Order: sequence, then structure tokens, then C-alpha cells
Amino acid sequence: MSSLSRDDVAHLAMLARIELTDGELDRMLGELSVILDAVALVQQAPTEGVEPMSHPLPLVNVARPDEVRPGLTAAQALSGAPEADQQRFSVPRILTDD
Amino acid sequence: MSEQTTDAAGSDEILGTDGVQGAVQVQAGGPDAVLTWDETVAAYDPVLGLEVHVELGTATKMFCGCPTEFGAEPNSQVCPVCLGLPGSLPVVNEKGVESAIRIGLALNCTIAPWCRFARKNYFYPDMPKNFQTSQYDEPIAFNGWLDVELEDGFVYRVEIERAHMEEDTGKSLHVGGATGRIHGADYSLVDYNRAGIPLIEIVTKPMTGLGERAPEVAKAYVATLRDLLRALGVSDVKMEQGSLRCDANVSLRPRKKKAEKQSEVPFGTRTETKNVNSLRSVERAVRYEMTRHAAVLAGAGSILQETRHWHEDTGVTTSGREKSDAEDYRYFPEPDLVPIAPTPETVEALRATLPEPPVQRRRRLQGEWGFSDLEMRDVVNAGAVEIIEATVAAGATPAGARKWWSGEIARRANLEGRELSDMGITPRAVAELDGLVQGGRLNDSMARQVLDGVLAGEGNPGAVADARGLALVSDERALGAAVDAVITANPDLVEKIEAGKVQAAGALIGQVMKAMAGQADAARVRELIMERVGG
Ligand SMILES: [Zn+2]
Repeated sequence: MSSLSRDDVAHLAMLARIELTDGELDRMLGELSVILDAVALVQQAPTEGVEPMSHPLPLVNVARPDEVRPGLTAAQALSGAPEADQQRFSVPRILTDD
Repeated sequence: MSEQTTDAAGSDEILGTDGVQGAVQVQAGGPDAVLTWDETVAAYDPVLGLEVHVELGTATKMFCGCPTEFGAEPNSQVCPVCLGLPGSLPVVNEKGVESAIRIGLALNCTIAPWCRFARKNYFYPDMPKNFQTSQYDEPIAFNGWLDVELEDGFVYRVEIERAHMEEDTGKSLHVGGATGRIHGADYSLVDYNRAGIPLIEIVTKPMTGLGERAPEVAKAYVATLRDLLRALGVSDVKMEQGSLRCDANVSLRPRKKKAEKQSEVPFGTRTETKNVNSLRSVERAVRYEMTRHAAVLAGAGSILQETRHWHEDTGVTTSGREKSDAEDYRYFPEPDLVPIAPTPETVEALRATLPEPPVQRRRRLQGEWGFSDLEMRDVVNAGAVEIIEATVAAGATPAGARKWWSGEIARRANLEGRELSDMGITPRAVAELDGLVQGGRLNDSMARQVLDGVLAGEGNPGAVADARGLALVSDERALGAAVDAVITANPDLVEKIEAGKVQAAGALIGQVMKAMAGQADAARVRELIMERVGG
């Protein structure tokens, strides 16, 4: 059984800036719990003495020299922006009332 | 419409507020109460923690080949990687890693033989990826120290917790109503030129036992760190351009009479003050927060663990928002970057490139320059060691270089709240100015006028002196005539000098200088007077 609470879901929604109604919160709690329970099965695997792995390739120190490479022009960069102004990306202002 | 630029990233400890400092309004409730400084330090013992972010001076960003020039056109130094476009993959900048290791070594840290980057997830438009690539529990450097020398020669050893690699965020321009209120039409404009520029975050361990010297130590630490980073050549360390930024964590606990009992008192709740972007502000912000905490605690209130914003103009902090827990960032190892595993050979090769540590260097230079302890301390406090070194290298006498940089120029820099290096005068120009004085062309007051001209952008010292017609009268006959005239006109003063009251010569010198409209070398005038009167 997952120990996910309704408050956890509300907190996650806040962190992701997703507004959920009460009904959606309940539904997400159920659905996320199912997913967590499924993933929890993996935790039963015997991992003692096994190094945690964050990358499938046994590589280290892959780096590039500090040399400038051509990137995008401002026009190209902004071409996919839903809105732009003053050569900048225009986004909804995200501020709480502080 | 009002527009505010926000320029103090580094505020990456607050969830999603990296770019919003400029928009925070002073609260309607008026200024916070504070205790006096004396009351504060009598009743409470401060614990400090400083986080310094330094932007590396690499040619390219940390994870892509975009250039890093300051002040470029908005969004002209971007690519799919730093814009977080789907399918793009980061590759780490070799020089960024080397700089991080050199910084770690210079701070006497252990270098991790193996470490990874981590994603710090947060939802805010200053990072288009919705995470900042940082390091979490595996910093590249940890457990170091930096000795910090205070004005009176007292040395405090600041313990370094860690130095880790990360990337800077974009810059937001908030556009909204003049009242700062949120209207439907309000929006933010984002420039990602800065997003991805390599940052090293250097975090101290809690600094205790400082008492009333806490603000002073905080400032001295940042100044020493700045000098060290500059000597390493890893950053231009310009606080006013944001390439060196400091966040100050401050807490207070009740003060115990016996020092040995003090360490048993648990730390109080801390606040983290952001946006502290000059050396002077570091000292002022720590001092202010201490007095504010003291007032809250003395009133039996409790300190809210929060981010505070420092306001340079008013000298106060205001509440940001409550600090997020690390778990809210949902850190996890960055799967798109492979681990960094510097070999011992690499680390030793980098260690061999370290410059002489600042404190030792200072002692050596003091000897070479023949400065007294007091003179050297003034130079250090004025942040003028490097610039004097450059000035001497450009041909100035050490005494002349010191006189200008830790005297007149430092005074003006202080007044204007600027760094010596941003005063609009170069070491070469100061060396030239010193040369004009040493060569007998200018006296002190003329040299100060020339300095005015140079600072006002009128050109190099020689050109300013020419343009303003400043030069000592080197015509010995004219000078001699003026001296003779003054001597003839003042028999009483001459009598005093002849009677052994040599200080009376000052009045004669003054009159000659006046007659020459200030354009004479006072030392030469004195010689001429004493030749005639004393002889
Ligand atoms: Zn890029």
C-alpha cells in the first residue's frame, strides 16, 4: 500500500503549478497510489551490495573544450515562443501576492 | 507601466523566486523593529553562514557552447541546450570543471574522486528546462577552510562546507502596473543569455564565536574570497555585475557569560538574506538582520525561517517567502551527464597551477613595497593589493601607488559605493600620474585636479595636465623673484625663522604659493626660502 496522502498530492500540484479541483485531487490520489504501488514492487529486488546506478554507460569525464560554438539567433530562439516582446520570451507573471 | 530588472539569481534556494526580487514590495506594515547594536550583542550570540555564488569567466556556458559575454543583446547567446529544447543534450565544459577543482583546492578542500550532477527541479520561467543542473549530495569539493584577516590583524578561520558546480539562471524583466499590484495584463519578459553560465556555489559551515565581530568577519570573508578568486583567474568577481553574489544566513541564540557554555546553546532559527551585492552590504545586511532578530526574540516572538531581501538604498531587509525544503526540489542524479571523476594526477596538475595564497602573498608584497603594517592594512582594507601591484608593475613608486589607491581614489570609491576597479582610472594612468609628481611636473593639489579630469573621462594624466594647463613653474628665476618679494615683505617672519622658529617658514611658503597661483613645487619653495633665510 502506498502511503501517499491527499496533502501530498496537493503539495505536488502546487510545486508543478497545476491547479486541481477537489474531485481531481481525489482521482489523482487514487491513480498515483496505483502507480506508486506498482513501482514499489521494484523495491523488493535484492540490492544489497549493488552499487546504485544513475547511468547505463560506464563512462566518466565526458567533457568538451571551452570553445564557442554557433547557437541560435534571437529570432530563431524566439520563433517557437507563443509570445515575445522586446526580443524576450513573454511569459505569464508568476508571483504570489507578497 | 513599470519595469524592473531582476538580477540576483543565486537565489536558487527559494522555490521559484529566482527572478522576482525586484518586484517585492516593502510591506505595508512599516519597517521592522530593531534593537540597538549594543543591546543585540549584549544579549545574543550570532551564528553566520555564507553562501557565495561566483560566475566563472569561461568563454562558454557550463553545458553548451554558447558565449557568456556580459551585456549582449537579449537571447543572442542561446542554443537548444540552454533553452531546454526537447532532444538537446548537455556536455560539460572542461574548463568549468577545472576551475571548480582549482577553487576547491585553493579553499583547502578535499576533491571528490567521483561525483555527479543533479537536477534541482522547480517551476519558474528563469530556467526553461524547469530544473537547474546543480550538484546535491556529491559536491566536487568539500571540507575546506579559508583564513580571513581582520583590520586589527586578528585571523579567523572560516570552515568551508562545500563548493559545487551549477549553472546560472535567465534574467526576468517584470512588466506590470505602476503600483506593483498584479493585474491581468502583467507579464514577465525573459532573456536566457545568462541561463547556463557556470556558477560555483561556495558554502561555509556555521561560523560561531564571532560575537560583535560577525558583520566584520562576513565582509572580510567575502573580500578574501573575492581576492582569492581573482588571483585564481577564474572569474572577474564583479559584485555589481552579479558575477560574485552573497547570501547571508543569520541566526541568534541567547548569549552565555561563560564562553565554554555558549557552544551548548542550540542555534536559533535562521533567515537567509539575498541580493547582497557589495562588500559593504554584506556587513550592513548581517548587522541589520542581527538587530532585527534581536528585537523579535527580545519581544518573545519567534523568527520565521524565510528568505529576506536586502535593500541597499534603505539598509533594511524585507520578507521574501518561506524557504522551501530541499525535498521540494526533488533532486535526482542528472541522467544526461556522466559522472566527473578527476584522477589524482589531474588534481595534482591543477594544484600546481594555484597562485600564492593571498595572506602569504600580502606578506611578500609588504616586504617588497616597504609598507608598514598599518599602511598594508589600509591597502588591504581598501581592496587595493592587486591594483597597487599592477600600478607598480606599470612603473609607479610603491608609495605613490599606495597613496592614490588607498587614499584619494578609495575615498571617492567609498563615497560612490563603487569598486576601485570601476572608478574609470587604470593602474597605468595612476602610474603616469605618479610619474608626473615624481618628475616634479605636478604638486599634490595639481595631481588631484588631474585625477578629477581623468575620472571625468578627459583622457590620460599627461593629456589632462596639458589641457588644464597644470604644471609647476620650473622657471627658477620667476620662483626666486617671488621668494625674494615675500621675504622682503615679511621681515617679522624672517626674524622668527632666524631665531630658530622654523615652522614660521610655512607662512612664507603659503604666500609664495599664492603669488604663483599654486603652480609651484612647495618643497622647492621651502628649499629656496631656507637657502636665503636659514643660510
Ligand atoms: Zn546554449
